[in-house]
Amino acid sequence: MPTTLTTLETELRAKRDAGRKLLVPYVTGGLVGWTDAIRAAAAHGADCIEIGLPFSDPVMDGPIIQQASQRALDDGATPVSIFEGVRTLDVGIPLVVMCYYNTVHHAGHERFAAQLVQAGISGAIIPDLPLEESALWCQAADDVGLSTIMLAAPTAPDERLPRVCARARGFVYSVGLLGVTGERTTLASTATELARRLKQVTDVPVIVGVGVSNSAQAVEACRVADGVVQGASVVRRLMEGGPDAVGEYVAEVRQALDTL
Amino acid sequence: MSIAEKSMMSDPSESGRFGEFGGRFVPETLVPACEELEVSFRQAWADPIFRAELNQALKEYAGRPSMLTECYQLGSKLGIRLVLKREDLNHTGSHKINNVLGQVLLAKRMGKKRIVAETGAGQHGVAAATAAALMGLECKVYMGAVDVERQSLNVFRMKLLGAEVEAVHSGSRTLKDAVNEAMRDWVASVESTHYCLGSVMGPHPYPWMVREFHRVIGTEAREQCLERYGQDPDVVVACVGGGSNAIGIFSGFVDTKARLIGVEPAGGAAVGRGQPGVVHGMRSYLMQDEYGQVQEAHSISAGLDYPGVGPEHSYLASIGRAEYPTVTDPEVIAGFQLLAKTEGIIPALECAHALAWISREAPNMQGQTVLMNLSGRGDKDVAQMMDVLS
Repeated sequence: MPTTLTTLETELRAKRDAGRKLLVPYVTGGLVGWTDAIRAAAAHGADCIEIGLPFSDPVMDGPIIQQASQRALDDGATPVSIFEGVRTLDVGIPLVVMCYYNTVHHAGHERFAAQLVQAGISGAIIPDLPLEESALWCQAADDVGLSTIMLAAPTAPDERLPRVCARARGFVYSVGLLGVTGERTTLASTATELARRLKQVTDVPVIVGVGVSNSAQAVEACRVADGVVQGASVVRRLMEGGPDAVGEYVAEVRQALDTL
Repeated sequence: MSIAEKSMMSDPSESGRFGEFGGRFVPETLVPACEELEVSFRQAWADPIFRAELNQALKEYAGRPSMLTECYQLGSKLGIRLVLKREDLNHTGSHKINNVLGQVLLAKRMGKKRIVAETGAGQHGVAAATAAALMGLECKVYMGAVDVERQSLNVFRMKLLGAEVEAVHSGSRTLKDAVNEAMRDWVASVESTHYCLGSVMGPHPYPWMVREFHRVIGTEAREQCLERYGQDPDVVVACVGGGSNAIGIFSGFVDTKARLIGVEPAGGAAVGRGQPGVVHGMRSYLMQDEYGQVQEAHSISAGLDYPGVGPEHSYLASIGRAEYPTVTDPEVIAGFQLLAKTEGIIPALECAHALAWISREAPNMQGQTVLMNLSGRGDKDVAQMMDVLS
């Protein structure tokens, strides 16, 4: 366990301990309407927002987020332009980025960490940086108080989960299924199974993402987990209906989670 | 083993590094699968029964050893002794069969029922589909939509062999996107499926394992050279996309005095123009923009249309042991025709890159023995060249 909790983790733990289920919408940075979508999500009950930095080769993403990333890249989005956009936000909840490791590697670990801090971002999720390769980035992040949110997968053997959790700051991203991001008609049984295994070995908030596709599935996941990420379901609405559609959807999920 | 340990191409470090290149940068979901594959490969490679089974398949099915052919006409024209290692004569028409026989035997040993593969020109896809048919495994091949278009013959071959071929429409719609899609499939299917990666790239243990499966090229070639000429060649040349055929032949000569030349296409020069980056599970030289977005490679040959390169090539380049020059598409087209007209051998467009470099640099290699890995035959490229040359 870290001796001092990051500010992100302190805030999320406090909310969880007060009985609130954590709602983390994902918005692709640079996509048309993205900053307004973040404002709308924050205004309608999000507890933290995950901002995707678009990458040319997003291997953990399914068709919706691939398409969103490609659109943002085609419109000229870069990490720098997205950080500038983030600085204009004042939404009162923590923001984290989701980015592929080459974005970090290319910028340099310390420089990238400094850029995040300057933009007012609290943490990073790097889906292609597993535990064994994470030491250099984690050190750079720790040094400036950024949370590195580790992912845990259904394929992990029992002995691996405590090691992943020990390195997680902010929350543990519990991967809901074997597969890439995207909406599914039902919640995979792995979603609650893994969340349950994680809850047994860690006190860090456990948030389920990948394949949690609507408010009913969010409720189902949160019967075990501390919260959910809403990715493709949010991004699809942003592309189809704009920021207002995101606000409406986040409000709906919030309301559903508050019944728990 | 002591010779292997001292070799400049010995086993990677525990973290799968060749120098500062390599590693295992994969989604958490795939970490246990990569670990299992590493353990299984180590056990199999040390198991005489597995080795005997593979050697039998290489001999009786793939047609090994592949022969050495000296190009008397072209050699005399260029003022060099030009010798080809004939991987084009293997079953399925390229060196790719060495690797897939190894991986598919390993997949069966691991109890997998299905393989997925990526392919560029289609050579690896055809080889994977072939091995899957032979061993009774289900096979799905991902291929960029652009490549499906320009290599329609190979698409049909894969289907004949019982494989499912899926055209990939994302990104640049070529090899790099086929790798992405194969990895996405593997993330979802990892419990039943082995990812039969086609080059010396990807996360540990692939670059090492695929090299070991292709080591037979270099081992045979060195023995054949010593037997026929009584000496090692002065120069060893191969084309490089991901770099599997080059690694295979380099492995036989890395510890000799021979110059090692990996020829990249000018539009896909990962070593020549790239910087260290991380994609497809490995840290290696990579063509990328100022923010680390992976750039699209452009080459007349689908098999070399790849913006990265296997990590061991990056290592060999970084220590100065191998050189990675580039050739242009017009030089490649000339090389393709040159071998056909002077020696009666139609090379794959990939290998025509190596020929292009040899014919350009021959004035600086007068009297030397130049060994080239002719890693594939050109039948698959004939339709495309008909358009280019008309």
